[in-house]
This record gives sequence, structure tokens and C-alpha cells, in this order.
Amino acid sequence: MTGYIFRRILQAIPVFLGTTFLIYFMVFAMPGDPIVALFGDKTPNPAVVAQLRAQYHLDQPFIVQYLIYLGGIFRGDFGLSFSGEPVTAILARTFPVTARLAILALLFETFFGILVGLVSGLRKGKLFDASSLAVSLILISLPIFVIAFVGQYVFGVWLGWARTTVSSGAPLQDLILPALVLASVSFAQIVRLTRASVIETSGLDFVRTAYSKGLSSRRVIPVHILRNSLIPVVTYLATDFGVLLVGATITEGIFNVPGVGNTLYQAIIRGEGPTVVSFVTVMVLIYLVVNILVDLFYGLLDPRIRYVK
Amino acid sequence: MNITKLGVTAITLAAIGALTLSGCAGGGAAPASKANADAIISTNGSEPQNPLIPTTTTETGGGKIVNSIFAGLVYYDATGATVNDVAEAITTDDNTTYTIKIKPGLAFSDGQALTSNSFVDAWQYGALLSNGQLGSSFFSDIAGYSVETDSPLTGLTVVDDTTFTVALTAPLADFPQRLGFAAFYPLPASAFADMAAFGESPIGNGPYMLDGPKAWKHNEKIDLVVNPSYDGGRKPKNGGLSITFYANEGAAYSDLLANNLDVLDSIPDSAYGTYESDLGDRVVNQPAAILQAVTIPARLPHFSGEEGTLRRRALSMAINREEITKIIFSGTRTPASDFTSPVLDGWSDTLTGADVLTFNAKQAKKLWAEADAISPWTGSFQIAYNADGGHQGWVDAASNSIKNTLGIDASGAPTPTFAQARTAIADRSIQTAFRSGWQADYPSLYNFLQPSYATKAGSNDGEYSNPEFDALLARGSAEADLTAANSDFQKAQEILLQDLPAIPLWYANVTGGVGPDVHGVVFGWDSVPLFTEITKG
Repeated sequence: MTGYIFRRILQAIPVFLGTTFLIYFMVFAMPGDPIVALFGDKTPNPAVVAQLRAQYHLDQPFIVQYLIYLGGIFRGDFGLSFSGEPVTAILARTFPVTARLAILALLFETFFGILVGLVSGLRKGKLFDASSLAVSLILISLPIFVIAFVGQYVFGVWLGWARTTVSSGAPLQDLILPALVLASVSFAQIVRLTRASVIETSGLDFVRTAYSKGLSSRRVIPVHILRNSLIPVVTYLATDFGVLLVGATITEGIFNVPGVGNTLYQAIIRGEGPTVVSFVTVMVLIYLVVNILVDLFYGLLDPRIRYVK
Repeated sequence: MNITKLGVTAITLAAIGALTLSGCAGGGAAPASKANADAIISTNGSEPQNPLIPTTTTETGGGKIVNSIFAGLVYYDATGATVNDVAEAITTDDNTTYTIKIKPGLAFSDGQALTSNSFVDAWQYGALLSNGQLGSSFFSDIAGYSVETDSPLTGLTVVDDTTFTVALTAPLADFPQRLGFAAFYPLPASAFADMAAFGESPIGNGPYMLDGPKAWKHNEKIDLVVNPSYDGGRKPKNGGLSITFYANEGAAYSDLLANNLDVLDSIPDSAYGTYESDLGDRVVNQPAAILQAVTIPARLPHFSGEEGTLRRRALSMAINREEITKIIFSGTRTPASDFTSPVLDGWSDTLTGADVLTFNAKQAKKLWAEADAISPWTGSFQIAYNADGGHQGWVDAASNSIKNTLGIDASGAPTPTFAQARTAIADRSIQTAFRSGWQADYPSLYNFLQPSYATKAGSNDGEYSNPEFDALLARGSAEADLTAANSDFQKAQEILLQDLPAIPLWYANVTGGVGPDVHGVVFGWDSVPLFTEITKG
């Protein structure tokens, strides 16, 4: 087990170096001069531009810029944004907000998704099943910004039940509406995954055996059916958690959540190399960690795929 | 069926419960009392792109804050007129050397004295090349300024604590008008010890001050409260400002509709169709000091000399400005009739030759044919624009207007980002006409004309050069009074209307919305509300 984790962490090192290099290269190759754009429609004085370019090392060749950046990372220095703020401070400010939003969304989609999926699967072909399939189809086919705008208008502007945008500090009650919006699409996926998996498991021999042993459905459904149906759902949830953690740009934009997606989007627009690369680097790390955790979690659900070596 | 009902009901109940909870919490934030002087006005903004140092604040996100927490020698009132703020008197005999006397006994919000040195040191810092301040070019007319080496402004002399003199390199009649711009604000002595820390939590002398050292919550908001020691013409009628940073204008608009926001200074494109019915009499729509144009450099084939002038005039008359401002912009733009802006002192819509800015299909065809007689037209006419700025609609409409009128191939040429478009324009690699915009730094005709069209001027991206025009600008700058200066500038504009180095299209209006119990919202010449005048309740 320890050896397995160690090997996985070793594998993460080249992935980390490769992604930072690629991202840095892509930001570097972005057309246009971010310093010139800082001046808006006005044409800047070339000497001031040169001065600023030197300040952000933009006058160096690509590989030197990258090495300076990489050297900084190992000293815990992720560079400065154009407004002079250390990128580490930006990371420390935005990740907790996005993490709160992601966890909230994950709780909503897991709870409601598995519940509805399980009931649907057990009552295959009945009215509840048909209507939940229809609802999930609608949710899957709607683009998220439509759901977000409709949710914002109905609950924020029209009914006034929720704040239209997230207020400063991103308190939990303000995040409920964006979290529900974020959860909606994944909720539909989880309903469908759980339903299909439950239907398949219910027809297997060990379930019939369990029933014929005289076990009640109150024991068979959670222990024998649900537990064995959850593997695809857990895989999906894990990837989804990764996606949610690295920020939901559109939803965060619509609800003005001061999180990762929103900040990253603005940094990309401004061509702020250090901010973009540092954000993506942390995202890569999160993905790697979440993936290792999921692989370990499989073992708890199904002893046959436990890593024993 | 039982499970069916139960399931659906449970989900609905949970959702309603969750939303009701959040609704309660959100509603408690805004106490509704009668008009009171302590009410905090909430408004939209954007995360400042630079530290909050006046000499490096050139964009609106930071500008809104800096203008609220600092007071310059002068400020601009609602009509764009210059009013003394910190200055007691600004005098000159020859428009070249100015003597500036400031009010005695003033202080910054933390008690540090405000003296002549507060201005002189701040300007020296802002102008020094190695400090890399984005607003350094504002000092370029002061003696000693250099863009090549670190050179002190030798034109600044401190006479005593309340008097200093400024020597310019050439006569400038509108120099006092410029002094309300952020770059000319004073800095307290403590700023120079640690400019980075100061930029994060600045100490100013303006009508407002930061609500504590941590008031700037990056990417979220900044809270300002009234500065009790400010004693100028901009004394706030409210208790402070809370500027929320929105990454997306749509989110700000939703907040206005839900009464979470008191003042919104721009309506997002997506709401152009509905804002009038959504807001009714809560809409504020005023012209602004922003001109949008299309620049056609003379170096492009077919656009030099006599042929180029004919073609520019033909293109200008082929664009139906009335229709585009009405349909594409829903009345949030006003067709241009000159190269400046209607909010300025001295603006006129009856300049000789202004008819070239009116749609006239017959005349356009005729001029185009005359140009074809000199050298037949080849290729297609393209207007470059940045695709990340919401310009596609009008560029396509203008291109179609040209295509239909002149029967030539015309289209938009998008580049993905603003940075990319500006880079191509600045290094002259752009091979088409391009969208250009000008937002004034201070309310003066000169500021619209000199930077964009004077020979070798900083933002003269079309590389226009006309000695007659330059001479009129210089003469206007040397005039003793503003009316005479403006009349010279108008004559200079009449030359531009002949040559059309850029084709003026329309003035942007500032279109905003206010909350139901908010009063006194008037936009200044710079399209930013005069926050100190706003009352609530």
C-alpha cells in the first residue's frame, strides 16, 4: 500500500514539470503584448514599456523566463500579478472559496443524485423512473449558463429568496444557489449512472441469493445492491470534484463568486503569466491527489480491486 | 406512487428550505431608513489592475477608487468645468510658468501635513522613468521630463510650504485643466518609504478614505468611508462607498434588479433590449467623453494623397450612423458630429465640413468614383477590431453599410484579444483600417485632438501629419483665454474634417441604472458618477 502511494507520487513529478512547462509555453505564445494592453487605447511610451517588461522578466527569452519562474516556485515564490499582489496570496484567497462551492455542489449532487437514481433503478419503468429520466435529460441538454441565468432571475430577482450574486467573503448561504446550479448537470449524470448500475446489480445472482436467504430488502438494497453499484458513480464524482475544484468559470462569473475560475479567466484575458501558470499548477496537483485518493477508495467499495502489493 | 410523491416533495422542500434560508440572511443586510447622511452607497467596479498609486492608475477600475480617496489641485464638476480643490489659486502670465498656491493647513486622512512638497515629490516620483509609472507621460510637458533616462523634473520649484511653481517646455493654455487628473494628485511623505505597501492601502486627502488598512478585498470589493478631514467642494452627502468588483457586467445588472446594488454605471450589452422596461425612470443616460472612430492609416494602399482623402470621405458618408446607433446600440450611442465630445466646454455640432459625417449614399458613390478615376479600387475594405470587446455588432453593421452603399467588398477583421490588436496597431504591422477609441483624460478639446492627430504624438496610430493642424493646436495652447483657445481648436478640427485621418462614428453615452431609493446620481464628464452627491433613503 505505502509502496503504491509512493510510486504514484513519483509519477506525479514529471506530470507536474510537463504541465507547468506546457502552460508556461502557451501563455508565452499568446499573441499580443500584455504590457501594451495595460495602457488601453493609448499608445505607451516605449521606455516605460521596456521598464515594465524588465520588471516582469518579459524581456528574457522563453526558457530563461520559465527557469526564473520554476526557481521561484521552489522558494515558495509564485511571482506577482500586475496589481503587485503575490500570486500565493491570490491562491490562498480564491481556493477556499471555490473549495466551499465545490463541496457544497458535490454534497447536493451526491445526495440527490444517488437517492433519485436508486429509487429510479428499483422502480424501473414506473412513473417516477420515467419522470426522473425526463428531468435528467432536460438538465443534461441545457447549457449551464441557461440554468444559471434562469436560477439567478427566478430565485434572486423575481422571488428574492437568494442573493443574485455572492457577497464579499462568500458566506455559505450565498453559495447555495450557485452550488445548486453547478450540481444540476452532474446530478442528472449521477441519476443515470446510479440507475443503470442499480438495475444491472439487481439482476445478479448474489442479490437473488441474498433475497432467498430471507434477508429483508432493507438490508439487501443498501448493502448488496447500492454498495456494489457505486463504483462508476464514485469514479464520476471524483473527476467531477476535480472539475469543480479547479473552478467553474461560467457559473462563478454569473454569480460573481470571487473564486478560482473567475480569477483565472481575468488573468488569462490580461495575459498575466505567473497567475495563470500558478493556478493551473495547483489545479494539476489537485487533480493528481484526487485521483490517487479515488484509486484508494475503490478498494473500500470492492475488495477485489484492493492494492495489496 | 408513494415513493414518487415523497421523492419529488422531498427535493422541492429541501430546495425551498435552502433558498429561504439564504434569502433571510441576504435581506437583513440593507437597513431601510429615511434619507440619511450615513447611508453607504454600493456601486459596481472592477479589480484595479495596478497598485492604488495615482501616477500608475490609468484604468477605470482603479481610477474610481483613486479619484474618491485623493483630492487634486482642482476637480471637475458635473459640467466638466474645473473648480479649485486643494489649490487656492493657479496663476500664470505666459502659459509657460505657473504659480500654484495651495490652501494652508490641509492634511492627509492620517494627519500628515499636506504641503507643496506633497505635490512636487509625487510628481517627481511619477515622472521618473525607472519607477515605471503608467501615467508618467502626463508630466511630459514639464521641463526636465525625459523618456530615455532618469531625469528629475527641473521645472518644479518649491517656494514655500503652500506655494510652488511649474515651468513647462512650451506654452499650454489648458495646463490647469489637466491638474484634476489622477497623475497630478499629491502623496504623503510616508508613501515614499514603501510604495508597494502604500499601493495596497493608500492614504489620501480626498472626500473618502479606506475603511481600515484591509479595506481592499482583492477581487471582491473595497469599502470607503467619509474622510472627516476633507474640506473641499466635494464633501460627501452619504456615509461612504462600497465598490463591488464584478468580473461580468451581467452579474452587476442582476444585482441592480434585485436591489443589491445602488448605482450601476454601465448597462451590459445583453440588457440593451430590456433595460428601459426593467428600470423605467431609474435609467440614467448621458453623453460621455468617449469617441469611437475608425482609423485608416495613410500608408495603406489607395489611402494616401488625394485619392485617400476622397476614399475616406466616401467611406464616412457611406456609414449610416443614425441607424446603427439606434438598432445596434439601442440609443446608448450618439452619432458624432466632430472629433471631440459633447460634454466638453467648447464643443460644437456646426463645424464647417461636418456634413461629411452624415450618411449620404449619393455623394459617397460620387466621391468613390472620383477616387477610382485616380486609381481603380482593388481588394476589400476591412476594419480590424478586438473580438473580446463586444465590437462585432457595429463593425459588421458599418461594413454592411459600406458594402451596400459603395458596392465594394467590406468586412470586419477580428483579432482574438485586445492585447493582440493593440500590439499590431502600436508596431504598425496592421494592414487594414482599425477601430479606435478615445476617452479623455481631462475635459478639454485639446486632449481629444493633440494625442491622436498631432504629428508624432503618442497615440497618433494613423501617423497623420498636417503642419497647418499642428500650428493651430500650438496657437490654441498659447492663447490667454479658453474661448480663444477653443476657437483655434475648432479651426483645427475643420482641417481634420477635410482630411479625416480617422472617421468619427459616435460618442458613447454613459448609460447606468440606480436603485429605487437612490437620488442625485449624475455622471461626471469621465462617465463615473459623482459619488459624493448621491443620497439614499
